Amino acid sequence: MLTNTAAGTSSSKAMLLVLADGRFPSGNHAHSGGAEAAVHLGQITNANSLESFCRARLNTTGLVMTAVAAAAASGIDALLLDDAVDARTPSPSLRATGRKLGRQLLRAARATWPDTSLDRLATERPHGLHQPIVLGLAAAAAGLHREDAAAVSAYETVNSPISAAIRLLGIDPFEASGILARLAPELDAVTARAVESSERAERHGITALPRTATPLLEINAEWHATWQRRLFAS
Amino acid sequence: MHLYHEHATPPPHAGSPKHTRGRHSALRIGLGGPVGSGKTATVAALCRSLNEDLDLAVVTNDIYTREDAEFLIQEAVLPPERITAVETGACPHTAIRDDISANLEAIETLENSGGPLDLILVESGGDNLTATFSQGLVDAQIFVIDVAAGDDIPRKGGPGVTTADLLVINKIDLARYVGSDLEAMANDAKAQRGELPVMFTSLARTDGIDEVAQWARQQLHLRSRHTV
Repeated sequence: MLTNTAAGTSSSKAMLLVLADGRFPSGNHAHSGGAEAAVHLGQITNANSLESFCRARLNTTGLVMTAVAAAAASGIDALLLDDAVDARTPSPSLRATGRKLGRQLLRAARATWPDTSLDRLATERPHGLHQPIVLGLAAAAAGLHREDAAAVSAYETVNSPISAAIRLLGIDPFEASGILARLAPELDAVTARAVESSERAERHGITALPRTATPLLEINAEWHATWQRRLFAS
Repeated sequence: MHLYHEHATPPPHAGSPKHTRGRHSALRIGLGGPVGSGKTATVAALCRSLNEDLDLAVVTNDIYTREDAEFLIQEAVLPPERITAVETGACPHTAIRDDISANLEAIETLENSGGPLDLILVESGGDNLTATFSQGLVDAQIFVIDVAAGDDIPRKGGPGVTTADLLVINKIDLARYVGSDLEAMANDAKAQRGELPVMFTSLARTDGIDEVAQWARQQLHLRSRHTV
């Protein structure tokens, strides 16, 4: 699908696939999106509970991050957005993870789509920015639109725990792909809501971005960060 | 010689892709190989052998613990701030080959917090015979196998055995107990690797590590000739 913007121009479908590819080397593979802690707590035990977990993550923190990605792609100030993500992420471990993944994505994006604004960001913010902000800016550098950045962000919200659960629980990979396909309409819906939020944020300021959260994910993340033995970094 | 930092300073140019790597950045040598072949012991022995006159750091890629990093700290081969553990999400080969982001970040943090370094050893998590390092992560790689895992490994080949810049065959002191034929291993390795070097070690007795350390020094020398 070519994405139509308000201006009526279309973005490259192929470029979107490059950014969305799970093999895009941005460090995601070492993170479970909260799945490792949830598996240990018995919150994810099979394909059904994995799907519920993904749905919850998508509609809460996923919506927030997706809206932030859309906002960054549309040119809303990255530093303001970084504060907004901090304010919406109570867990210090998750904030650190978000910045780490942001730094790693920035490295991959700069090498893939050389761009002076990405270079400037790396110099100005050596500690990194939250991952969805970098995702939005990378999408812009790739000539993609906010709708594209949002779609990738929403997809990552569920793809990360699903690929981790395949490794953690031995979930049947075909079943896992089925979950992704079943979630697709909800991914599109979250993407659309996120894009609308980013448009409101342009008019009314970043307080218009969504504030939904899953406290359990935040609590789990703090616990997971203390483990001595774990397969995933978060 | 070593500056001690309580808190690692974040990298000043986080996210630099490889092509922006500074001329004076450290040489990076990767150590890969199957579980239990002696990668960590090789790293420890190399550090002991090289750290008198070289500034060293180590990145470990443990599969699910920090044991390798902690072993190196306990062995006191390097100060703790020179050793970083990277988590690999159950895929050690991905972290050294397909998506090297976390390892690159660990390297940059070490370089930026510890002052200029000469050499960074990147130890892979124990993996299979196909695990090799990306050229984007290391300048040269050592593949470590051991005689006790079977003397047919060099014959079987695979990317680690055939393409690594140096093949180390460890635990030669055990060969007679497990019926491994060292000469056959050497011949098979030669057949697979042509002119690429093979070294035999017994780290329980520190045999052979001087030769490996000399090889590492030679890599440093070759690189400094190329970059000056």
